[in-house]
Amino acid sequence: MILTKAQYDEIAQCLVSVPPTRQSLRKLKQRFPSQSQATLLSIFSQEYQKHIKRTHAKHHTSEAIESYYQRYLNGVVKNGAAPVLLDLANEVDYAPSLMARLILERFLQEHEETPPSKSVINSMLRDPSQIPDGVLANQVYQCIVNDCCYGPLVDCIKHAIGHEHEVLLRDMLLEKNLSFLDEDQLRAKGYDKTPDFILQVPVVMLCPLAVEGHIIHWIESKASFGDECSHHAYLHDQFWSYWNRFGPGLVIYWYGFIQELDCNRERGILLKACFPTNIVTLCHSVA
Amino acid sequence: MFEDRNLRKTCGYSAGRSLLAGSTQLRSKQLQQSPTPTCPTPELGSPLPSRTGGLTDEPADPARVSSRQRLELVALVYSSCIAENLVPNLFLELFFVFQLLTARRMMTAKDNDFELSPGALDNLESPLFQSIHDCVFFAVQVLECHFQVLSNLDKGTLKLLAENERLLCFSPALQGRLRAAYEGSVAKVSLVMPPSAQAVSFQPETDNRANFSTDRAFHTFKKQRDVFYEVLREWEDHHEEPGWDFEKGLGSRIRAMMGQLSAACSHSHFVRLFQKQLLQMCQSPGGAGGTVLGEAPDVLSMLGADKLGRLWRLQERLVTPQSSGGPCPPPTFPGCQGFFRDFILSASSFQFNQHLMDSLSLKIRELNGLALPQHEPSDEDGESDVDWQGERRQFAVVLLSLRLLAKFLGFVAFLPYRGPEPPPTGELQDSILALRSQVPPVLDVRTLLQQGLQARRAVLTVPWLVEFLSFADHVVPLLDYYRGIFTLLLRLHRSLVLSQDNEGKMCFLNKLLLLAVLGWLFQIPTVPEDLFFLEEGPSDAFEMDTVAPEHGLDSVPVVDQQLLYTCCPYIGELRKLLALWVSGSSGRSGGFVRKITPTTTTTTTSSSLGTQPPQTSQGLQAQLAQAFFHNQPPSLRRTVEFVAERIGSNCVKHIKATLVADLVRQAESLLQEQLLTQGEEVGDPAQLLEILYSRLCPHGAQALALGREFCQRKSPGAVRALLPEETPAAVLSSAENIAVGLATEKACAWLSANITALIRREVKAAVSRTLRAQGPEPAARGERRGCSGACEHHAPLPSHLISEIKDVLSLAVGPRDSDEGVSPEHLEQLVGQLGQTLQCRQFLCPPAEQHLAKCSVELASLLVADQIPILGPPAQHRLERGQARRLLHMLLSLWKEDFQGPVPLQLLLSPRNVGLLADTRPREWDLLLFLLRELVEKGLMGRMEIEACLGSLHQAQWPRDFAEELATLSSLFLAEPHLPEPQLRACELVQPNRGTVLAQS
Repeated sequence: MILTKAQYDEIAQCLVSVPPTRQSLRKLKQRFPSQSQATLLSIFSQEYQKHIKRTHAKHHTSEAIESYYQRYLNGVVKNGAAPVLLDLANEVDYAPSLMARLILERFLQEHEETPPSKSVINSMLRDPSQIPDGVLANQVYQCIVNDCCYGPLVDCIKHAIGHEHEVLLRDMLLEKNLSFLDEDQLRAKGYDKTPDFILQVPVVMLCPLAVEGHIIHWIESKASFGDECSHHAYLHDQFWSYWNRFGPGLVIYWYGFIQELDCNRERGILLKACFPTNIVTLCHSVA
Repeated sequence: MFEDRNLRKTCGYSAGRSLLAGSTQLRSKQLQQSPTPTCPTPELGSPLPSRTGGLTDEPADPARVSSRQRLELVALVYSSCIAENLVPNLFLELFFVFQLLTARRMMTAKDNDFELSPGALDNLESPLFQSIHDCVFFAVQVLECHFQVLSNLDKGTLKLLAENERLLCFSPALQGRLRAAYEGSVAKVSLVMPPSAQAVSFQPETDNRANFSTDRAFHTFKKQRDVFYEVLREWEDHHEEPGWDFEKGLGSRIRAMMGQLSAACSHSHFVRLFQKQLLQMCQSPGGAGGTVLGEAPDVLSMLGADKLGRLWRLQERLVTPQSSGGPCPPPTFPGCQGFFRDFILSASSFQFNQHLMDSLSLKIRELNGLALPQHEPSDEDGESDVDWQGERRQFAVVLLSLRLLAKFLGFVAFLPYRGPEPPPTGELQDSILALRSQVPPVLDVRTLLQQGLQARRAVLTVPWLVEFLSFADHVVPLLDYYRGIFTLLLRLHRSLVLSQDNEGKMCFLNKLLLLAVLGWLFQIPTVPEDLFFLEEGPSDAFEMDTVAPEHGLDSVPVVDQQLLYTCCPYIGELRKLLALWVSGSSGRSGGFVRKITPTTTTTTTSSSLGTQPPQTSQGLQAQLAQAFFHNQPPSLRRTVEFVAERIGSNCVKHIKATLVADLVRQAESLLQEQLLTQGEEVGDPAQLLEILYSRLCPHGAQALALGREFCQRKSPGAVRALLPEETPAAVLSSAENIAVGLATEKACAWLSANITALIRREVKAAVSRTLRAQGPEPAARGERRGCSGACEHHAPLPSHLISEIKDVLSLAVGPRDSDEGVSPEHLEQLVGQLGQTLQCRQFLCPPAEQHLAKCSVELASLLVADQIPILGPPAQHRLERGQARRLLHMLLSLWKEDFQGPVPLQLLLSPRNVGLLADTRPREWDLLLFLLRELVEKGLMGRMEIEACLGSLHQAQWPRDFAEELATLSSLFLAEPHLPEPQLRACELVQPNRGTVLAQS
């Protein structure tokens, strides 16, 4: 699903200050029925993350934490079964999973002798049964299952999606008989930067309406939507680094990207939303 | 400008030289400073040829030439001076002659009203060059003497010259010869390169972690590589924008990057990258554009790169300003070279410059010493054109690379001494000389020059040396060391008489190239003006006083027109003059000058094949081998050396993949034994390694025998495949044997020096791998069952399932709208899909499986507690018991059969999940009891384990009634292992009566 900048902006506009809940997603799907759900979810998630990055700091002042914690305590004293923490997160416009982490951290500080380590917190978020307070455990769990942008479950889903698309891409390469080195093999050989796949013999991707083709040495699979922010970060951390070592290559944003970002084709970074069909391989036969 | 007065009294060469010293030098230095021919000053009192102004051309008429005889004499003397190399710069003189030929009209001085009649007396006192007729006559006379040089100019110049009407008018014969030369001239072929830069590729052999001393150095360099290309790309994008400044735009970033190169080893890595990128981007045409060959020319040609190339070339012509800075331009850094120069300047890093000089020097030595194939003109006429073309191309690549490297070496080496200030004089000069003369040269260029001259390889050595010297500062030519070099160069220059065509001496175009580059060097402002004319020495005797090889590179026609123009783009100024004349408008300063791109391809010629006999070889055998090659075509030697080099290298890789890999496996199994016997207590890893080393390294001795065997086996076939079929059997077998010997030597030399280190390194890596795998996360490793071959992988994706189950969990936990819920069918479908996904493991990764396991347990807990909101008639929002049981059954079977990782079943008895029951009214315990029994039945959980879980449940704080019910459940479960499925209700639990319970079921 390749969107123009204008189309993308229209979607992004609808996502301002929308909490990351089931209900929000349902409404978004109704608003843009022609877009694929996966694309919408990806855009939603990215926009929300940008929003959180912008506002993150204000939730982490000690005053804010104290006030949230007091409100949480007051809430659960009144009714421990009510969605106190989730409502609080939505009210102050913060991700429920992150709010859960904040309160859990604060709670442990109060009840444990030593400040909790990150790994302890993470482990408790993954499995709230480990939380020593039953009420808090339920509250945290509720936040996590109701958050569709943050939290261990969401992380796992994202990771699984990435993995699945890599497998998918690998199958396509095998099907096309293109030999490649995958990330693990590259790492074993000591490469310092490793795209998902390096083609052992480069191919050329032909473009309709263009005389020339694009040489592809490597392919990177991205199971997300390519918006400006993430694409620029990827360019800086990955794509250019691959180019610097292996020459021109292909990035597949399986959930689409903003059309205008595909502007480095001549330089050697090509964007696609699917596996290219028009590929030319090197012929070994002697003419 | 040229003054006839000086020529009047000429007799003999020495006088000619001294007057030329005065006139031409002055003129040429002037030309170097201002690229367009300057308008002469009118104060000389005589008319002067003018090439400027938009006025109409004055016609030239042979019949109106005055003093014809005297002009002929002057032309003869002048031509002889040129022919005998008594002038510093051949092409500068030609440029001057072309200027005379294309002068538009005479600028008359104040008293020019007297008109010379055509038949006037040849009065010795009357001034020469009084009219345009005289000038053209003189020019044509000189050109006639230098037809040979002219005929080697490029096709475009020849055409313009042949079409020049003045030339036709004054010498139809010369015009005819030029026309013939034009028609016989071969059109140049130029391979066009893609416009943007390619990066230097990452090579594990030189770039991976093993090549760095520490992890930190490795990662620092990783970042640096990226910053370097980021900077390069930014430069590509912006350097042509007006107002963009390299230092302002990139300076601080470059310095920050250089600042991180703390380790010396990182510097050498970075310098290698820098130098490789330099060669890749700038080796091509005078560095004109960002041009470099793509990595895959085959693919390019497949796509019709040729047509594209033409388009690109056209575009390039349209956008690139044509300016080459006159016939003697100062040294510059055109195109991409500018980036590298500015990078060096902005980096201003002493360490970087030093490493760069080291690296450039090494590469120059390596390339300069490369055994370039020597063409033997007499024998082997069967040597095909293909080979010949290849050799010429190889020479061009090597020469252009050398020139580029030497230019940068000169730039960096003399950088600290160059400045805008005028050259020092007097005492100051003496003290500077004293200081500088004790500094050793950055590269011993004098020896290299001497060796080059002795080996008759001046055509390779001198052009790069000239590039190096062109960056020298004012003091350099005064230093003894460098004065010696200039003396040698001057003597060489004098000896390159074009008209002499001695057998076995230098080829014409080779000479022309040397004359052009030397002439250019002598015009560089930092080279003293009088150097050329004051140098004493046996001017007519430059004999290489050595026993030179019979056929040095100099006598091989390695230089072609294209290489000449590539190295000396300023020769193109001649054509510019002629074109200006044709265009009739001198208002246009640019003119159309065709740019020349070389046919060379970018091949790395880094490996120095057989430049020296291998050090360890037995002398006699080596001599014999040399002798063997002497009478064979050069391609044979190249082939053998190539095969030996490759097989030798492959041999090392082979040993690594077989012997060393075996030893690593042994190390791994030894380690495993150790781990089994000692349990988790492995002890000190370093000590462990030493034990392994001492047991395994002695096996490395086998490497030599295995290596020998490998070379013996592989080399002959490769040689056979590469040599022509008609190679005589004896030659073939000798070639094979030599290849075997060389390959073995190479491989064994490496192996005997490095095998132990290699084994140690690999064993160390394997051990740390194994120890890591022992660590806290063994789940990711180990054998896992895959799906059957017939599976088409249509099962739902794990990510989709986690997402769906998460939705159910969130609905169950709430908050939810009143109309939200799940249908029982959907639940069954979901669990069914989970089964499919677990059976087809195509897309499943361990973390996803872990989460699926956890989610399935959560789901079971919700089923047990009847917490899942069911869609349906408002009266019944609960799942039927039967349905719940069926779902639990399905889940139990998945846990038993399909999950391959651990399933956190104890979560079923976590306080949080059991606590879910507390909220239900009336409480239903039967499903939990059922589940617990099934778990034991299926062997998923042990009794003891469940007991422990139940026990710890009692420690939690529960409402009193709930705690009591829980206690009852525990005792029930513990008391009756084989109870048939009961339906328990809270009320019954309170009065634990087994009979009642049974009756109800």
